[in-house]
Amino acid sequence: MLTIKNLHVSIKGKEILKGIDLQVNRGEVHAIMGPNGTGKSTLAAVIGGKESYEVTAGSITYKGKNLFDLSIEDRAREGVFIGFQYPVEIPGVSITNFMRTALDEIRQYRGLEPLTPVEFLKLMEEKKKMVELTTKLTDRSVNEGFSGGEKKRNEIFQMALLDPELAILDETDSGLDIDALRIVANGINQIKNENNAIVVITHYQRLLDYIIPDVVHVLFDGKIVKSGPKELAYELEEKGYDWIKNE
Amino acid sequence: MKITPFNSFICNKYEQLSKGLFTTNDSRINALHDKAVKCFSENGLSEEKIDSIQQFAINKIAETAYTIQLTPAPYRPIEEYFRCKIQNIDTHMFAFLNGWYIHKSAPLTIFPNGVIVGSLMEAIKQYPDLVFPYLAKENISSNDIFLALNEALFIDGLFVYIPDNLQVSKPMQLVSIIDSKENLFVQQRNLIIVGENSSFSFVQCDDSLQFGNTFLNNVTEIFLHKNTRFNYYKMENKDANSILINQVFVQQRENSHFFSNITTFNAGHVVNVLKVKLLESFATAKLYGLYLVDKKQYVENQIFVDHIAPDCHSYQLYKGIADDEATANFNGHIVVRPNAQRTEAFQINRNITLTDNAKIMTKPFLEIYADDVKCSHGATTGQLDDEALYYLRSRGICERNAKMLLMFAFAIEIADSVEVESLKARQYEMIQKRLSGELSLCDQCVLHCSHEKLLEFDIDNIFS
Repeated sequence: MLTIKNLHVSIKGKEILKGIDLQVNRGEVHAIMGPNGTGKSTLAAVIGGKESYEVTAGSITYKGKNLFDLSIEDRAREGVFIGFQYPVEIPGVSITNFMRTALDEIRQYRGLEPLTPVEFLKLMEEKKKMVELTTKLTDRSVNEGFSGGEKKRNEIFQMALLDPELAILDETDSGLDIDALRIVANGINQIKNENNAIVVITHYQRLLDYIIPDVVHVLFDGKIVKSGPKELAYELEEKGYDWIKNE
Repeated sequence: MKITPFNSFICNKYEQLSKGLFTTNDSRINALHDKAVKCFSENGLSEEKIDSIQQFAINKIAETAYTIQLTPAPYRPIEEYFRCKIQNIDTHMFAFLNGWYIHKSAPLTIFPNGVIVGSLMEAIKQYPDLVFPYLAKENISSNDIFLALNEALFIDGLFVYIPDNLQVSKPMQLVSIIDSKENLFVQQRNLIIVGENSSFSFVQCDDSLQFGNTFLNNVTEIFLHKNTRFNYYKMENKDANSILINQVFVQQRENSHFFSNITTFNAGHVVNVLKVKLLESFATAKLYGLYLVDKKQYVENQIFVDHIAPDCHSYQLYKGIADDEATANFNGHIVVRPNAQRTEAFQINRNITLTDNAKIMTKPFLEIYADDVKCSHGATTGQLDDEALYYLRSRGICERNAKMLLMFAFAIEIADSVEVESLKARQYEMIQKRLSGELSLCDQCVLHCSHEKLLEFDIDNIFS
């Protein structure tokens, strides 16, 4: 579903990604691990379409399409979801309006009728339960005044609602306590199925206790230097990233 | 003596009106006119003190053949021709057409609860002792040309008297309509008196139906006695050819609470002057404003809060969005007099520019002569947040709608200050329509009538 070939990306002339190759198929869960500053978040941002990143070489193909031909919003409408490491606070925009506008536009793109208010409300309640969100979202602006854990749960809530085919979750586990981590992981596991694919970007192996990856990749200095089965994560946790550096 | 085309224009109009066309023979009114017109005939205007909008108005007067409608149009019920979108709030509506009070045969209405509403000139005839202690209490300073202009040439305006100890639940609405192919020149003079322990909400709207080049220069004086609550809502939706100067002077007695919300949806050239005097202790003034301008529109808000007595509070929040080549000017001035200890005075102005050619000028200004005070001021001007736009778009929302959501979120903070629920809902709707380019589709507005509805999205509050 997602094929990344020899991807080189720079920010303001500085090369961050130096030749990434990655193949993700439907039904798979991939974990990308690696130390700080090696380009993990850059990879998520480039897939999301964030401007200010310059792709200097390589390609990303998603469902047979050149991903770079799609606008930010069209990527989302084609089923790409980016879970943000730092979800933005947007005062004044309620989560309800945000999600309803997003879902309407996505459905319109796919030639579907918009949900009726009642259908939408039902869907929202259902997905809220999935991530144990109890707050009345209508009263709250997007991420405004949310705790770190609430922000991440809100990301997974959005993911559940938009039901993507490919989710890139950028350090969704960072800043979570054990309970929140469990809730978030449970949410992700419920969304996961044989038709979608999930890429989790993380520093730590602990998220992978809950979400079992099919493949673990180690990203170091802008390249994937090692890929392997889930046991690779344990090995990394045990030996530290220096082990990779020294190899 | 300096005679400019502007001065001679004013003096000529005055000559014309004083030949019996001012509708009262009260010598005190004539004295007012006389005194004000001398600002133009004797001293002329000191050119150094004229600011850009005054210069614009002066030039406009020099080049436009403005006329004053000298008699009211024959009576027709207002519903027959006024269908503006600002309407439909549940209010007692009173209207002026081309500067004249619209009424069937009762220029002044006295309600059973003692409230008096109607033509100011009629009130002067019937209740001079009620009017004169309050009328024209604002001193004209040398560069106050719009106030002097109004005082020299006003023919009529709305008079509202709320007696003591009365809670008026239904808001009152004043609609000033311009419906003329002529280049109309209108000086409207309103006076609102709220008696002790009373509360009252007032909605003032300015609209144009047909538009020559109109010049509307309103003055509203508001007097709030002890323990009053008064909400003042002003909504403006003016066409590109019009000049609207809206000056509001408020005097507050002990423990009175003044709230204002001035929203400019479309401007042409709009100047809102709001001057509040906190004369006695424990008075509060909360002043909110929103302006949404595009094309070549110009909007200016001049605010002056005068903390005269101790223990008073004032708060200002003005926000604006300027698109295309529009200009918005905020000029906020707070003075804390030596006696005004324990004053709390705050002022915030926030702006968004959407293009490189849109212009925001902002001048927050605090002048403090007392030492035991809490005051702050601040102004920001920026663009829409790129990170927030990316976040919204990454969920499938197109760029245009993402911007719309952010602008709406920015603007509704002002609408949220509105206490009258029906009016708040109305403002939400109008802000949304304005931002989506739909408000101008109103068949009575010329501004963007060629624009098509581009948007498919709807902001609503069905769940809240």
